[in-house]
Amino acid sequence: MAEGQAIGYPPGLKELIQAVEHTRPERLARVKANQHFPRLTRKEGEKVLKSYHPDYKPGGRRKLRVGANKSEILANEVADLLESYSRIDPDAFDDRLKKPDYETDVLILGGGGAGAVAALFARQNGLRVVIATKLRHGDSNTVMAEGGIQAADRPFDSPYHHYLDTMGGGHFTNNPYLVKALTMDAPLIIRWLEDLGVMFDKDKAGNMIELKGGGICRRRMHSSADMIGAEIMRVQRDEIRNHPKEIQVLEFSPAVELLIDETKAVSGAILYNLETREYSVVKARAVIMATGGFGRLHIQGFPTTNHYGATGDGLVLAYRAGVPLVNMRYAQYHPTGTVFPEQNFGLLITEKVRTLGAQFINMHGQEFAHPLEPRDVASSCIIRECMERNGRIVTPTGHYGVWLDTPMIDLLWGKGTVEKELSAKYLQFKRYGIDISTEPIIVYPTLHYQNGGLEINEWGATRVPGLFAAGEVTGGIHGDNRLMGNSLLDIHVFGRRVGIKVSEFIKARKKGKRLSLSHLRSYHADLRKTGVKTKRVAPILLPDYVHRSAPACPHKF
Amino acid sequence: MATKAKGKASGKKSSETRLIPIYIMGKKYEVPETLTILTAMEYAGYRHIRGCGCRGGICGACATVYRLSGEYRLKFGLACQTVVAPDMYLAQIPFVPANKAIYDIEKLTPDINSIGRIYPDLYRCLACNTCSKACPMGISVMDYVQALLKGDIAGCARLSHSCTMCGICALRCPAELQQFHMAMLARRLYGRYLQPRARHLEKRVKQIKEGKFDSMMDAIMSLNNHELKRRYARREWEPESYENPDWQPEETKYLILD
Repeated sequence: MAEGQAIGYPPGLKELIQAVEHTRPERLARVKANQHFPRLTRKEGEKVLKSYHPDYKPGGRRKLRVGANKSEILANEVADLLESYSRIDPDAFDDRLKKPDYETDVLILGGGGAGAVAALFARQNGLRVVIATKLRHGDSNTVMAEGGIQAADRPFDSPYHHYLDTMGGGHFTNNPYLVKALTMDAPLIIRWLEDLGVMFDKDKAGNMIELKGGGICRRRMHSSADMIGAEIMRVQRDEIRNHPKEIQVLEFSPAVELLIDETKAVSGAILYNLETREYSVVKARAVIMATGGFGRLHIQGFPTTNHYGATGDGLVLAYRAGVPLVNMRYAQYHPTGTVFPEQNFGLLITEKVRTLGAQFINMHGQEFAHPLEPRDVASSCIIRECMERNGRIVTPTGHYGVWLDTPMIDLLWGKGTVEKELSAKYLQFKRYGIDISTEPIIVYPTLHYQNGGLEINEWGATRVPGLFAAGEVTGGIHGDNRLMGNSLLDIHVFGRRVGIKVSEFIKARKKGKRLSLSHLRSYHADLRKTGVKTKRVAPILLPDYVHRSAPACPHKF
Repeated sequence: MATKAKGKASGKKSSETRLIPIYIMGKKYEVPETLTILTAMEYAGYRHIRGCGCRGGICGACATVYRLSGEYRLKFGLACQTVVAPDMYLAQIPFVPANKAIYDIEKLTPDINSIGRIYPDLYRCLACNTCSKACPMGISVMDYVQALLKGDIAGCARLSHSCTMCGICALRCPAELQQFHMAMLARRLYGRYLQPRARHLEKRVKQIKEGKFDSMMDAIMSLNNHELKRRYARREWEPESYENPDWQPEETKYLILD
């Protein structure tokens, strides 16, 4: 392990911590007596959202000029992505398309959780699969999921309550059919993961140890310490590698364009080998888009919790092929991104920290919001505390945030709980000389989740034949705001559904003869016709941080 | 590993940040002392392809080996989690060659013979502890290997739980074990066979398959938005278990209780 880099809090911040310590015994007594900071009513919540949520305020957005969502107001970064030209010249591929480099039943774009689950179920249904992914197999937001996966499997809970929580969390803008699929399939998924050998947190009798999360009325969160996503992803990757004859994985090979055939059905993709800088053509009888989210576009200038490859590639590829986007107006800003130490800036502090009892505390040592408000409301409350109420803490480098009082956890659950239940987080701060079981963390909202995306039905089919989608790239499941533990769940529910449905589609589909990029040609023509003059190309594949000395940050002194 | 981007360094130098020299694969660069190895490489002009994944200390893509000037010890760390130090000589490990065995998890038995047959290199362990010293996650790798040798699969699973599978242990091992793959198998055997199954989960799966929740779901899906919002606002909140472990819900209409 790296040594000699323990920094810890500087004296100025240590002094501020005293105010938090001063009010802690009283706050602890109140929690033990089940007296919490009151939750905001729906109307109060809406008010704080309108005033402080980064995507509710005017500015930072513009009207989209092309494609199925033309005239819709979207974040500049998303509009930029969609109003871009291809990385390739379609004419240069006329000959290459006649001789594909790979032929397979299903091509899955994306090597995260949704792609892995889809691959395993497609294989189970007798299909040959190629997974093409931008970085290594498993490099994804899935591995970064810390807090848990929801499933209503305890007697005092039911899919009914899970449905209600999910719809409310999404401000009732979700697609009810997708939410029904999500909540009813959830226990089946947990059972499947148990079979694969995922280590869940259980008591001695085998009962799942379940916690709540923001906006969730019953204990429903299944976990594996604070790294459930990494645990699930490594198990699935291991299982995929047990089937090398049926599932081939192409790493460092992101897709740069979809291919269609003469029947207008999606029939493959063009991949780009990041290392050899060569293109390859894959012909497939169906394509599953599982490319994940867009955090690395840094919407509204925010830092992000997302992995290096989360650049929204699937959005623009599918959009060019004619798939509309839904629920794209509001991104999710996770309330608790790290502010200090600078080296961890923007990184996720799992919501599990708050389900275990950590509270939001301002500079004066006062609690200012219920620990488990839905994420968008909690983020807005923090921004309000910092911008308007003079409750902010300022770090030596000029970033600001509020305290997340993690020492409450050991006081509530017993000494050693933080180290055991939040082991990855504990280590991550320990590296910088901060013991989060005795010292609070400074947090500020960070760009976390796409919320919306490609329109799908309850079987993961888009309206373009041959193109399916699962995971963060899709929209409608979570409406305008996702709850904790519902994204790890959705990649499984819809990964599985897509994996099953795609085999039915393939059996029925007509055999295409000619691969083409005609959809791209018309998209380019549309861009030119609407007067979009730009040298931008998309997908961007990787963010550009070259020669940058500090991370992105929207609010700074 | 990364490709060097074209163009001149144009990073703005903040007056407060001190620049220190580091050596990336032997070449000297001046970088702000607050950066991690990962961001310092970007500051120096590298655009990562390999050697960069989650940027948050969990994916294992950015294992890096380094020596500090004047020290004999070879050190290991995740580039995204290790702050640069003056005169640090570093190189990233782009890939670790290792053979993951192919097996059918459904046909294995959760015992040492399964693992020993699949990864016979297990028995070559010299108990030298080089693996533990190299682990960027601070895992006692040797201890979990020794647990396996004693047949303690559960112990191995628990000790290795925070493994990112970066593979540094296997690169350093003088006996050429592939520790991280053995631990992966141990954890799956533990999760599937040795941890008791959740009976409440099995029961719920059965209830769903028998259609016992169908009418509840039909009912809630047929509600108009106004009524749905009303029910959402009036949900009954379960307390945390430290608050009231004996809680019972008042409304039971949408539950299946025995």
